Amino acid sequence: MKLRTLTLGLLSASALAFAAHAESITIATVNNGDMVRMQKLTDDFTKANPDIQLNWVTLEENVLRERVTTDIATKGGQYDVMTIGTYEVPIWAKQSWLLPLDKLGDDYDVKDIIPAIAGGLSVDGKLYAAPFYGESSFVMYRKDLMEKAGLKMPDAPTWEFIKQAADKMTDRANGVNGVCLRGKAGWGENMAFLTAMSNSFGARWFDENWKPQFDQPEWKNTLQFYVDLMKADGPEGASSNGFNENLALFQQGKCGMWIDATVAASFVSDPKASQVADKVGYALAPDNGLGKRGNWLWAWSLAIPAGTQKADAAEKFVSWATSKHYAELVASKEGWANVPPGTRSSLYANPEYQKAAPFAKMTLDSINAADPTHPTVKPVPYVGVQFVAIPEFQGLGTTVGQLFSAALAGQSSVDDALKQAQDAATAAMTEGGYIK
Amino acid sequence: MARAVTTQHKTIATAAAWIVALLIFFPILYTIITSFKSEQEAIQGFNLIPSGTFESYSEVQQQSGYFKFFFNSVLLSVGSTILALIVAVPAAWSMAFSPSKRTKDILMWMLSTKMMPAVAVLFPIYLIFRDSGLLDSRIGLTVMLMLINLPIVVWMLYTYFREIPGEILEAARMDGASLWNEIIYVLTPMAVPGIASTMLLNIILAWNEAFWTIRLTTTNAAPLTAFISSFSSPQGLFWAKLSAASTLAIAPILIMGWFSQKQLVRGLTFGAVK
Repeated sequence: MKLRTLTLGLLSASALAFAAHAESITIATVNNGDMVRMQKLTDDFTKANPDIQLNWVTLEENVLRERVTTDIATKGGQYDVMTIGTYEVPIWAKQSWLLPLDKLGDDYDVKDIIPAIAGGLSVDGKLYAAPFYGESSFVMYRKDLMEKAGLKMPDAPTWEFIKQAADKMTDRANGVNGVCLRGKAGWGENMAFLTAMSNSFGARWFDENWKPQFDQPEWKNTLQFYVDLMKADGPEGASSNGFNENLALFQQGKCGMWIDATVAASFVSDPKASQVADKVGYALAPDNGLGKRGNWLWAWSLAIPAGTQKADAAEKFVSWATSKHYAELVASKEGWANVPPGTRSSLYANPEYQKAAPFAKMTLDSINAADPTHPTVKPVPYVGVQFVAIPEFQGLGTTVGQLFSAALAGQSSVDDALKQAQDAATAAMTEGGYIK
Repeated sequence: MARAVTTQHKTIATAAAWIVALLIFFPILYTIITSFKSEQEAIQGFNLIPSGTFESYSEVQQQSGYFKFFFNSVLLSVGSTILALIVAVPAAWSMAFSPSKRTKDILMWMLSTKMMPAVAVLFPIYLIFRDSGLLDSRIGLTVMLMLINLPIVVWMLYTYFREIPGEILEAARMDGASLWNEIIYVLTPMAVPGIASTMLLNIILAWNEAFWTIRLTTTNAAPLTAFISSFSSPQGLFWAKLSAASTLAIAPILIMGWFSQKQLVRGLTFGAVK
């Protein structure tokens, strides 16, 4: 009896010692399908690294952004790994808020990361965040409605074709809108779409001297085309539609076309959620023959804040979550179609993935077609395709987004919206010291 | 005849009350209904009859684990309420029974702290919490919730105490009761309904507080507000899961409110019909 008590005591003491030794890292992330899947698969990581415990903090995107920004700016040290996007990485890296990722391991194969994505996450040639999944935007369309309209979607359509197809597909009596596009105000909502679209119209946010360009004809063409298209063929109340609202409409068969994130392909083609799963075709984002397409580039990435005390454990986790091994793990448990897309070239060379994901080639082509350092036709002083990677952009982008959303809702004219956008941008740039 | 009109009036008033109540309660009801739908059903437009699946509940539990958050919510809301009462009862007593020239101004000043949006002091508070090691701690958050609800607690108690005739307290004093005896044996028993409803309201306010509880916590101290927030998604439609999480989060407070509605209503209308 005594011996048993002693053994038990020793065992619990050693367990306690082990628990005390285990390092726990806190990971802040967003709630989307790929991230939730990763949380379910972490046993694979903790088995290989029994001395590291993982704590998850999942938050809504805007709350997450605010929380991690507060924490990193005050060096609060609450998180060891943060999920951030291509907008934050260059700004935060320049502030020395992030640690460079140079110990990802020998078999990590950094060169395998798609160059357009790696470029957006690097500053001065150093990688500051590892992409977990990457996305561009493209056209998703209903093959049956396109056929009914007597048209054939080219692989690389023009805006003119989109307008023509939308006009023909619109059948409001039966609840079908020719095209669904984002209208909800926000720098990451309607302005992501409109900024990317404006690139294909040759517009830019600022000239080389940071002078706002909303008074130029390119912006007028962009906004006028968008408002006219949506008025004629868009859904009712489009000015309050974001990604999720349009996704619901498309899945219910109420949109002929939807131009949005490539990640949506896996949702609209999922028979469990989508009523039109077997009728969806994909095409590159439209252009106007100016050499740039209206598609964006985004990567949800894992980065390590400079304030962490557990940098090594954090980097081990980042390396695991963004590795080729992780892609294989997801494939073995949930099939190739569920592997996080858009980060590694090797995934797109994999015949099994190509077979499982019919949108694979189009996604890769879209990502490759986006160039964050030369986003539009004319030269620009900033980095970013659907955003401008400066700290002022979140506020300014949302202000302009509200003005453009009001123009879509018919509360103001296109000219008024552009004039006010020009004034707001000039004020923000003057205040920020970009122009005098 | 007059009797008939009264009955008719009563019926109309009852019907109107039911309609208004249903309108107010409808969002919560629909959330509960949606939580018993599958994700596909949830996005398919308005539908009051769910298929009755528990899929979302089991997924929500699997993904986040409800009880840790629930425990924190109970601890924070009850803890902050008790703390607030300890501070507010003496404060309200002194303001009600021995007011000074500036009592009104002090009351107004206390209330004015509620007039500033919370986000305006996010950075100072965050820095104070960081430097005192209180980020993601239950103690820090309990104190924070106590502080933000204190003005309301003091105001409510002050209003109740004012309804109690000062003569009774004087009589107790004449009989030789000390200050503490007076508060504990005379004032408190008379103010129990007021204190109880203040307590209930404060627990509800603390339970639902979603600004500081999300911003000052990460994992250890995170209550149910953080639990709900983790199911809100910008990319992807998880309405059934979000509804299940919301239902789980509001259920305890809803049940508590149901059982204590008499005290709540009595407390909230105390002094209004005089």
